Amino acid sequence: MIAVVDYGVGNLYSLTCSLNHIGAQAVVTRDEAALCAAEKIILPGVGAFGDAADKLRALKLDMLLKDQAALGKPLLGVCLGMQLLFDQSEEYGLHEGLGLVHGRVISLASKVSRLKVPHMGWNSLMIQKPDDPLMAGVREGDYVYFVHSFYAADCEASLVASAEYGIPVAGVVRSGSVCGTQFHPEKSGEVGLRILASFAKGAA
Amino acid sequence: MLTKRIIPCLDVRGGRVVKGVHFDGLRDVDDPVTLAHYYNDSGADELVFYDITASYEGRPLFADALRRVAAEVFIPLTVGGSINTLADFDRVLKCGADKVSVNSGAIRNPAIIGEAARRYGDQCVVLSMDVKRINGRFHVFAKGGREDTGLDAVEWVKRGEGSGAGEVVVNSIDTDGVRGGFDLEMLTAIGDAVSLPLIASGGAGCKEDFLSLFALPRVDAGLAASIFHSREVDIKELKRYLRDNGVPMRV
Repeated sequence: MIAVVDYGVGNLYSLTCSLNHIGAQAVVTRDEAALCAAEKIILPGVGAFGDAADKLRALKLDMLLKDQAALGKPLLGVCLGMQLLFDQSEEYGLHEGLGLVHGRVISLASKVSRLKVPHMGWNSLMIQKPDDPLMAGVREGDYVYFVHSFYAADCEASLVASAEYGIPVAGVVRSGSVCGTQFHPEKSGEVGLRILASFAKGAA
Repeated sequence: MLTKRIIPCLDVRGGRVVKGVHFDGLRDVDDPVTLAHYYNDSGADELVFYDITASYEGRPLFADALRRVAAEVFIPLTVGGSINTLADFDRVLKCGADKVSVNSGAIRNPAIIGEAARRYGDQCVVLSMDVKRINGRFHVFAKGGREDTGLDAVEWVKRGEGSGAGEVVVNSIDTDGVRGGFDLEMLTAIGDAVSLPLIASGGAGCKEDFLSLFALPRVDAGLAASIFHSREVDIKELKRYLRDNGVPMRV
């Protein structure tokens, strides 16, 4: 069973539909016992970092996620959910993240003045770590769907795949059993479904 | 590299797609799910659904159709049509929409753009505008292109960007339905005013029209309905043609 964390942020319907589509059992929950019992956890999210981090803290889900990660439970953050895994974000003020992946989340607009922000649309992946379990069904150059205005920087050690948008933008990151995708695998067609299937079926 | 996007648009009434749809090999062509699958398999980059339901009885049918599409098609879905309040945003987002397009509702109440952007994120709010030339200026029209608001389109799009819209759809009333090509002059004038992702709509007649469209650096996506429904332009072929002519495409 995969638990999708429900903390009042994001379109959970698409994510659960895509998990059902690949044959994974999924439950949307914020219940401590259900999250602890799940084999794997997905942290979704759209919107602003500060709000989302506050909501996680208010529901005491931040400590729970850190504890579960420390136990080695596979955790996948999607989009804002990936950004929340990092140490901190500079989106509208300085906010503390979960600190499960080292790096910080900063504004894309400050780095790519000639390109449009948000970075929105289908972009191709450059794979830095082809042996990562999440990349099992992904080829260099495969397209995935991005929508974001902030990105993860200073995270070279955990970088699994990136996309070029004026600068290399972190697309997939991993630190131990904790991983994340900046793009939306549930909206990235067949490639995205293969990534979700790798997470659902893989050991990590 | 970020690709340009090709977006088919489906008008849905009473849970069924309307407008001439003439596909070979598809039995139930006006079922939104069948069509969405078809477009997903043809390489469409996103889908847009307009709820043109005239009555409230049609709402549950539209919601059901959207839910069924979202359950099976895993590319971004934008929903528009009669979006006036945050409750309307909420209603379609819960059915599986990823983005919500607001048009007349934003003209009546511009604050809706900012309110929705704060609640659901900028990326979720698509400002859709129907624009027509009036005495050498570009005017925004409301009510499906029937009513001249007097608003200047360039000022309106800047205001939308400032309020937190994450994307803009520019539909040229002047070229819509004519199939003589997109309104490059209008798209340039509006596109130059903002740095939002810009979706062009109105006027696509053949694949060459998309090549001319994507020569404009400000344009990110081309939207069309009837030429895709009628299969005069096949999306797979279109995307290969554009890629072979140097336009970045997901093929």
